[in-house]
Amino acid sequence: MITNAFEYYRPKSVAEALKILGEHEGEARVVAGGHSLIPMMKLRMAQISHLVDLQDVSGLKGITVSDRIVIGAMTTQAELLASRELAAAAPLMLEAALQIADPQVRNMGTIGGNVANGDPGNDMPGLMQCLDASFTLVGPDGSRDVKARDFYQAAYFTSRTDDEILVAISFEHPKGGYAYEKQKRKIGDYATAAAAVQITAAGGMVSAASVAMTNLSDVPVWSAASGAALVGTTCGPDAVKAAVEAMLKDINPGEDNRGPVAFKRQVAAVVLGRAIARAWSRV
Amino acid sequence: MKKMHIELTINGKQVETLAEPRELLIHVLRERLGLTGPHIGCETSHCGACTVDLNGKSVKSCTIFAAQANGATITTIEGIAGPDGMHVLQNSFREHHGLQCGFCTPGMITRAWRLLQENPTPTEEDVRFGMAGNLCRCTGYQNIVKAILAAASELNSAKEAAQ
Repeated sequence: MITNAFEYYRPKSVAEALKILGEHEGEARVVAGGHSLIPMMKLRMAQISHLVDLQDVSGLKGITVSDRIVIGAMTTQAELLASRELAAAAPLMLEAALQIADPQVRNMGTIGGNVANGDPGNDMPGLMQCLDASFTLVGPDGSRDVKARDFYQAAYFTSRTDDEILVAISFEHPKGGYAYEKQKRKIGDYATAAAAVQITAAGGMVSAASVAMTNLSDVPVWSAASGAALVGTTCGPDAVKAAVEAMLKDINPGEDNRGPVAFKRQVAAVVLGRAIARAWSRV
Repeated sequence: MKKMHIELTINGKQVETLAEPRELLIHVLRERLGLTGPHIGCETSHCGACTVDLNGKSVKSCTIFAAQANGATITTIEGIAGPDGMHVLQNSFREHHGLQCGFCTPGMITRAWRLLQENPTPTEEDVRFGMAGNLCRCTGYQNIVKAILAAASELNSAKEAAQ
């Protein structure tokens, strides 16, 4: 499978990369690990004339755990898994990264590419919505932060403009119990359905809950109503049922080779129930 | 499209070639450099038959443009055996029937070679998790896992004996 022909660039700085994007407006794309973009290029679903490889751009790699957790966009999934600091501060990230792709793909695939590509099958976008993360975008007019919950517009369409580069993601230290539950057909597959849950408790009751679902719509689904259904409860069967029912109103899965709509809704209900139970057990 | 000048260090040797930016690393290895050990299986980053070692990490060379690898140090299955003959892993695959048709074997061994450097004392579960990016349609994996575990203990015994 051969992609269309393109010019290849390997800039050393964000400024240099932005300049190339500016010179070839609408015809240039940045590539991080390439494990979402290159398959699309091979299928010629993406036709790019100018490919800007970010691997040599300084300052885009690394994990900083201080007041907030900041992860450089070019940090690979393997580097996320290897970070003890991140595992201690945000164990939800570790639990999810272990379920993404396979070792070779995790060596190339980056968190920035995973969230910026807007592929509904990717796991990190839902996770970022669960954690209420922000994405830092740099463009010709400077830098801006966009909430993960506001970033996704449709499959492969996000609020990132063509002349912007996503340079970092950041989020507050997550509190309480967590779980990432993913149902997939095999290692490396996209989720049939996946649920990211973070729950905090006070006085034996849920004080806050965040629920996000993956691959059940053309964008990740953060279900505010589902989280709200758990607040003030002890996560008993009735509360979980209410949270699942609220979530089911927010998702809109399509039929594909992972199954018909009814099956996906069933799997979504099961994975969310399991994720809530596990998150609550870890509060 | 104009060709690019690409320099690589492959199996300890410096090589250079011209390639279009859109040529995949696996295509350049096989067709321009004559290294036909890494195989093209699915060509969609699922099967791992094209696995090579790129700057100390296992990668699928069907999902990397050669241009992205420009300047890199690469090890392919051709570089795994030493001057004294086959690598312990290669012998172990033979000994434990870790292959039948052999198509996946170069990728399997190149990945296992890196896995045993990342984790010299893996459990069976570690091996299965670490080899999850390589598919085999013949063996059912049991003998592959057995071969890798046996190679790990042989390499560790040799290391102890040397100390």
